[in-house]
Amino acid sequence: MLKKIPSPAPALNVGKATKHDSADRHVRGNALYIDDIREPRGTLHLAPGYARESCGKIKSLDLDAVRSAPGVVAVLTASDIPGLNDCSPSFGGDPILADGRIEFHGQVVFAVVARSHLEARKAAKLAHIEVIAETPMVTAEDGLAREASVLPTYEFSRGSPEATIKASPLALSDSFRIGGQEHFYLEGQVSLAIPQDQGEILVHTSTQHPTEIQHLIAKMLKIRDAAVVCECRRMGGAFGGKESQAAQWACLAALASHVTGRPAKMRLDRDDDMIMTGKRHDFRCDWQAGFDETGKISAVEVDFLARCGCSADLSLGVNDRTMFHADNSYYYPENRITSHRIKTNTVSNTAFRGFGGPQGMVFSERMMDAIAIKLGLDPLDVRKTNFYGDSGRDITPFGMKVEDNILEELVGELEQTSDYRKRRQEIQAFNTRSPFLKKGLALNPLKFGISFTLKHLNQAGALVHVYTDGSVQVNHGGTEMGQGLYTKVAQVVAEEFGIDLENVQITATTTDKVPNTAPTAASSGTDLNGMAAKLAAETIKSRLIDLAAKLYQIEKSAISFANNHVQIGQQKIPFAELTQQAFLQRVSLSSTGYYATPNITWDRDSKSGRPFLYFAYGAACAEVTIDTLTGEMVIDRVDILHDVGKSLNPALDIGQIEGGFVQGMGWLTTEELVYDDQGRLRTHAPSTYKIPTASDLPDDFRVKLWDSPGNREDTIYRSKAVGEPPVMLATAVFSAITNAIASLKPGVLPQISAPATPENILAAVKLMKSGD
Amino acid sequence: MPTVSMTVNGKQVTADIAPNTLLVSFLRENLRLTGTHVGCDTSQCGACVIHINGESAKSCTMLALQADGAEVTTIEGLAKGNDLHPMQKAFQENHGLQCGFCTTGMIMSAVDLVKKHGKPDDATIRKGLEGNICRCTGYQNIVKSVKAAAQEMEG
Repeated sequence: MLKKIPSPAPALNVGKATKHDSADRHVRGNALYIDDIREPRGTLHLAPGYARESCGKIKSLDLDAVRSAPGVVAVLTASDIPGLNDCSPSFGGDPILADGRIEFHGQVVFAVVARSHLEARKAAKLAHIEVIAETPMVTAEDGLAREASVLPTYEFSRGSPEATIKASPLALSDSFRIGGQEHFYLEGQVSLAIPQDQGEILVHTSTQHPTEIQHLIAKMLKIRDAAVVCECRRMGGAFGGKESQAAQWACLAALASHVTGRPAKMRLDRDDDMIMTGKRHDFRCDWQAGFDETGKISAVEVDFLARCGCSADLSLGVNDRTMFHADNSYYYPENRITSHRIKTNTVSNTAFRGFGGPQGMVFSERMMDAIAIKLGLDPLDVRKTNFYGDSGRDITPFGMKVEDNILEELVGELEQTSDYRKRRQEIQAFNTRSPFLKKGLALNPLKFGISFTLKHLNQAGALVHVYTDGSVQVNHGGTEMGQGLYTKVAQVVAEEFGIDLENVQITATTTDKVPNTAPTAASSGTDLNGMAAKLAAETIKSRLIDLAAKLYQIEKSAISFANNHVQIGQQKIPFAELTQQAFLQRVSLSSTGYYATPNITWDRDSKSGRPFLYFAYGAACAEVTIDTLTGEMVIDRVDILHDVGKSLNPALDIGQIEGGFVQGMGWLTTEELVYDDQGRLRTHAPSTYKIPTASDLPDDFRVKLWDSPGNREDTIYRSKAVGEPPVMLATAVFSAITNAIASLKPGVLPQISAPATPENILAAVKLMKSGD
Repeated sequence: MPTVSMTVNGKQVTADIAPNTLLVSFLRENLRLTGTHVGCDTSQCGACVIHINGESAKSCTMLALQADGAEVTTIEGLAKGNDLHPMQKAFQENHGLQCGFCTTGMIMSAVDLVKKHGKPDDATIRKGLEGNICRCTGYQNIVKSVKAAAQEMEG
């Protein structure tokens, strides 16, 4: 049964394509990032030091030359840490400074604290670190061979998939790789620690998770959480890379400030940042599937072999989400989905927009392409054949019922508007007559679960103050990384009070205003914080209504807020007049708000319950041309139709969709992380790691929001989360490339791994031709 | 320490600086013009683009001394007081920004691009902005912004 969605009241602020709250400051260059904050006098600067080796015991650490270098004030090692030497978000194993051994190339062994950034960096080069080198485990296979893992294997299973695949009329098996991804937030990791009264400390840090950093610093310094304040007004991009990965640098800045008694700032140089911080997990994916002549799947078995790097970090949640999305939009009657969390001597892989989900979907989409290619069917038909459906075909591999599926309509609409069928014919004709250039077209769906799969993170707090002049200050636990969270939450608060957005002042996220917050992650920022802020505003509003009812002797139902005024029966007074009266009548104009997502019941141990409040849906149609002589590829056209429920802000939502798609496209086409046999990252700058630029955009790029009556769940103004899902729309590009290569030899699945770089495309093309 | 003199945003500045001072450090630290950002440190990302004698340049791999005697314009010098430059206005109105970190360099590059190409078409804009990385927007709205500004700048 579909829930009936109430039609919304006319809105003054929500639903408007309001510009980003900092847009004016951004174009003027006066929006402050951490490195732009005026440094207190005497601020010191840190630089990290690391060994040449990747793995082994530290035999000796000679820092004499470092200590005596010009400008050096202190050199920090593990022994300087008074409390816990760990900055892990979860299971430990992430020392702030290496103690006794190193586990990956680039692991920080010491930190220089100097008068200037340059002096610190120069001095860091002067250390003599002797390591008894061990052979590092670099690839997933290396780790597997030594049975090294960061976490136990986890599995979803239903039925007897192995037997069913054997008994199926048709079957396929395959192994391919999915690459990792560097976040390349434009603003690198940075933190500024400023000592306060009596051992208290204030840390400005570019992070998605101020609360976690607050707690880690407290543990490191052996002080109470209450003595640490972490603040972040904005980040210059994050994408998951500042969820757990911001902590180490904040801890080191705080440690330097603790040791020297002076303010201390740590800003990573870009190459250091790329070497020392975790990335999207890369995978080997081994799978087999049974199906019939129409492509309908009977059973699936898949093993995800994730290179987690040297520690657990967030690998539990990331790899769980790969499993949660290994079905993408498809019903697998029987399945075994197994996730191996392999340890390697490489930097610990971490959160990245999509949080493992994208890898799960690259698998499902390759499987769909493989089945279609084998059967000579249109891949879209195979996809549709396997969509979740009515009762009996609506249970995911993790037991949750899919109740809000709109894919049939959504994909149907995109199929029409993108002219999919006609273009498919045209492309077939083109490929027949074009000897070297080959085209591919793919239309891929997307279903992404919204909520943290770690249940307790689904909570948020907000703090709203109304001042007597009628202006409003809003604060919440979410962080701003460019996604427009602050703007959306301000729209929500303005809507509640019926005032213009200009009257709502947005303030920096800080642990002393809203404590004990979840990270701004899992696309949940607006869902959680928007709701918390709404609740805070509602509390104040109801006090104002009570007051007005009393003062004007009128029914509460006759009081409403709009256009910066309060309608009280026939009378209309400015909002600021009522707030002034509230003060005189001793009514509080400040409130907290707290929200915990309802209806989520996932229990990881028993693998039962409902992990997600709802799903976000979308679809993308991509057309590519490859050059079979060079491997070059261009994306000719992309059409996207994406579901954001009732959009809180269409401009911001479309921005998320376009940006997410291009980021996913980069991941699957040009962004290739290369480690050498010693586990050293060789692509540690944008000169060797190819991030999409404006010229890589699809020539024709059409993005539309799905005309939705609103989220069927009671989310903030019936909107849906939008941060991560669009990344996975880019699987359409990978599928289109696969299809273009497949045109060379009908019926044969191209051996292409992600990213489909020109080199990989060329290799796959050669392999297709080699059998001739 | 050598002395460097240049005009920055119309103001004459003179300072004694270490000879290895990067231009971006001079702008950010000595002059407190922090709208010019350091993204990649190696002139790949374009967050540090400014104008030197009217031409766009990446200030993170240039010495301050190399700009001795030059006319330097940073993002802070683009607006005339409260009146934004058409390019700044266009980036705001067309949602050509998200986290904002690349925005200032992007705008400085775009101003130079339009100056050189008049009314550039999409392909020219995309090609012309290859030296500026944006990780948030997917560029679509940036291209739109530049196109819109080009109309205004000519008129």
